[in-house]
Amino acid sequence: MSQDRRWLLGGLAVVFGFVGLFLASRAGHGIFYWIGLIVFLAAVGTIFGFVRAAFDEAEGKAQTPQHLVPLTMLAVAVGSVVFHFLSPWWWSPIASNWGYIDQTIIITFWITGVAFTAIVVFLAYCLYRFGHQAGRRAAYEPESRRLEFWLTMGTAAGVVAMLAPGLIVWSQFVTVPEEAAEIEIVGQQWQWSFRYPGEDGRLGRSDTRLVSNDNPLGLDPNDPNGADDVVVQNVDLRLPVDRPLKVLLRSLDVLHDFYVPEFRAKMDMIPGTVTYFWVEPTRTGTFDILCAELCGVGHAYMRGRVEVMEESQYQAWLQQQPTFAALANGYARVTSRSPDGGEASARSSVR
Amino acid sequence: MVDVTREFQDIERAEPEDVELYHPHSWITKYVFSQDAKVIAIQYSVTAMAIGMVALVLSWLMRLQLGFPGYFTFIDPATYYQFITMHGMIMVIYLLTALFLGGFGNYLIPLMLGARDMVFPYLNMLSYWIYLLAVLVLVASFFTPGGPTGAGWTLYPPQVILSGTPGQESGVFLMLVSLVLFIVGFTMGGLNYVVTVLQARTRGMTLMRMPLTIWGIFTATVLALLAFPALFVACIMLLLDRALGTSFFMPTLVEMGQTLSYGGGSPILFQHLFWFFGHPEVYIVALPAFGIVSDLISTHARKNIFGYRMMVWAIVAIGGLSFIVWAHHMYVSGMHPMFGFFFATTTLIIAVPTAIKVYNWVLTLWRGDIHLTVPMLFAIGFIITFLNGGLTGLFLGNVVVDVPLSDTMFVVAHFHMVMGVAPILVIFGAIYHWYPKITGRMLDEAMGQIHFWVTFLGAYAIFFPMHYLGLMGVPRRYHELGEMAFVPPSAEELNAFITVVALIVGFAQLVFLFNLVWSLFRGREAGGNPWRATTLEWQTPTTPPPHGNWGKELPVVYRWAYDYSVPGAAEDFVPQNQPAPAGAAE
Repeated sequence: MSQDRRWLLGGLAVVFGFVGLFLASRAGHGIFYWIGLIVFLAAVGTIFGFVRAAFDEAEGKAQTPQHLVPLTMLAVAVGSVVFHFLSPWWWSPIASNWGYIDQTIIITFWITGVAFTAIVVFLAYCLYRFGHQAGRRAAYEPESRRLEFWLTMGTAAGVVAMLAPGLIVWSQFVTVPEEAAEIEIVGQQWQWSFRYPGEDGRLGRSDTRLVSNDNPLGLDPNDPNGADDVVVQNVDLRLPVDRPLKVLLRSLDVLHDFYVPEFRAKMDMIPGTVTYFWVEPTRTGTFDILCAELCGVGHAYMRGRVEVMEESQYQAWLQQQPTFAALANGYARVTSRSPDGGEASARSSVR
Repeated sequence: MVDVTREFQDIERAEPEDVELYHPHSWITKYVFSQDAKVIAIQYSVTAMAIGMVALVLSWLMRLQLGFPGYFTFIDPATYYQFITMHGMIMVIYLLTALFLGGFGNYLIPLMLGARDMVFPYLNMLSYWIYLLAVLVLVASFFTPGGPTGAGWTLYPPQVILSGTPGQESGVFLMLVSLVLFIVGFTMGGLNYVVTVLQARTRGMTLMRMPLTIWGIFTATVLALLAFPALFVACIMLLLDRALGTSFFMPTLVEMGQTLSYGGGSPILFQHLFWFFGHPEVYIVALPAFGIVSDLISTHARKNIFGYRMMVWAIVAIGGLSFIVWAHHMYVSGMHPMFGFFFATTTLIIAVPTAIKVYNWVLTLWRGDIHLTVPMLFAIGFIITFLNGGLTGLFLGNVVVDVPLSDTMFVVAHFHMVMGVAPILVIFGAIYHWYPKITGRMLDEAMGQIHFWVTFLGAYAIFFPMHYLGLMGVPRRYHELGEMAFVPPSAEELNAFITVVALIVGFAQLVFLFNLVWSLFRGREAGGNPWRATTLEWQTPTTPPPHGNWGKELPVVYRWAYDYSVPGAAEDFVPQNQPAPAGAAE
């Protein structure tokens, strides 16, 4: 290696070393310390490598086959597997009936994990075993129909093994149980509103064109089914445990998505249509509602909370809420915000 | 069935007419308004890399916000969304597509096929200048009132043109105009690539003797010609909605208490149009990478690509199938649930030819003679990262599994790994590989090693853990986590870690840029064929290749592109234009 290149690279390694030291010195944040340490050690290793290569060259030693490369690739595969099993970042404990989705994810992790590890280990082995050596030539084999056939079959089997359970669960996902109660979630920039059917169990008709200050969700006052609907805004969504629910989704302006990680199920709401998904909450508790479809600058602030509670508690709460008919004049929302909308962004006030 | 190894016979066919090229006489027509595909290729590449650097810096700003939220007060939600939108659009369209098709396509297609230039050189030149104009229009949006659009690179209506999204004043308009210009330019370029491959191959160069690089770029171009029109019409319709108040995509809506004058439109129509383009687009990026990496592995392992015919079939099958999987981007869009069954099936089917390609790359290394050069390292890095990214695609493609994972960081991690890291590694490997042909000098080996290791290990460390944030439920397109009860504080640590690694990887690219310039003047002289490769571009009479590529006579091809380590041959490679020894039976 030429003189000036040696200086250049040595300089670069020293720069990395200093970067590492600098990062490690910012040890106020623990992450910096560890990354800084790794970078510094890598820089030291690089300098060591160059020094050794320089000496080898000077002594006229032949370059030895590199085992560092296959070892590193193997480490990537092994490290990924180890990371997976040690990772503190995993799905939130499920609070709905959609454990089948989790099971399908586990199956997928196993199949893809085995495939990834096997192929990378094989790759690392090839790099180790078939590195260039003087006097050895590669084999000449344009193709092997048999091998390719079996690999294709194996892959197809793996694909089927993931797709089959996936589609079975999907068909459950899109088949709403007969006994599911309806509830409506309305999204708008940047808040959540909820509507419960009243005694009659039916939600009234609605239309975006009917939205006004007095009628923020655009309910049709001429529809008798809507008279007993309960509208709540900017407070927790309350749901009864152990009851299947068909969640109807509406938007007044742009695309939004109602997502509760513990429920697993979610769906976009499209202005101009009503979309849905169904879910059965299976444990009580309070969970975060997140908007999961970019809806403008307030997207990350469009939050809410959902509280799943025992049936009796839920009914007691519901009885106390005013119906749409009772609020026909001078609609007073169960909220502290001014009726005319105010500022564009709405930070959820419930915590 | 024809045995690919035994095609030594001189193929009888009509002599293709040697074209009369346009010969430039002034500096301007030689190096600026050039009709030579090689110059155009460099123009595309330099422009793409320059705008790519802008997108890279934007990614640093995004990561600064995500890693240390609240620390950098100049980044507010609106600015953050502008960053992510421009970063995404530039990287996918203006960098990757332009570099693979406009850069590598222009340089390699004529050379690898034994042609003198593209078949429509004037159109080719125009295509670059329109691309440059598209880039300038896009960059202009940084400087116009309201700044660039912050609607996300997917530009979903209705929010894209409403006041709750940055860029309503002018940014979204410029974005759409820029895309329209880009598509016009790439249709021109695309016609060139396709027709040149079909019509201008030299004598003896059958389709099944073409290197896989050409197959990849060719198929990607066919995809582009068929898919970009969907984006084109979507952009025009969105422009009309914005500028004239039409309602192609705009339903009745109430924005911040005001009922707008739109009505009757369908937001989901845009999604279908966009993704009908958008899914083939990712294959427009991936297929050239597949083709190039096959040639890199083959050359640097001194071994023919395993299963060449299957590789060609797989490229074409992936290209065809890519048109019937688009709605896997729309599983939770609210579209009819029955579509979920169909698209999950087609999406998981497309995994099969893709997997075959991965097996064949690895099987090429088996019993090979592997030289761990920098291009080979990048090719290996590609295999590992593409495998990882492709496998996480199986999670997202399986419709019901996508339900909790869509719009989370799992998706971000997936597409970065499979489209950001893997093809970028191929681009780097390809540049280290072909730089000697373009300039006559080698890129510095040791700087290349540093560049490779930091980029590969760093990018893996950035995106692999990110999947787990998504699994937890952390949404994408959030400028900060805020208070999320289900997210432990260690997630903030992870975000900080990813940010620091991202900055390190970003700075490592400066080593690469320095190498590109330094080696122009101080790089080791390469000669015509430093890698001892078989493909035609390495057999030019002089290096760098002159205008017209081949001197007085076009080459004649006698064999496929992968005669490496042929038993009984004197050298461990036989160039494609080397005739068989007289009376050869083998």
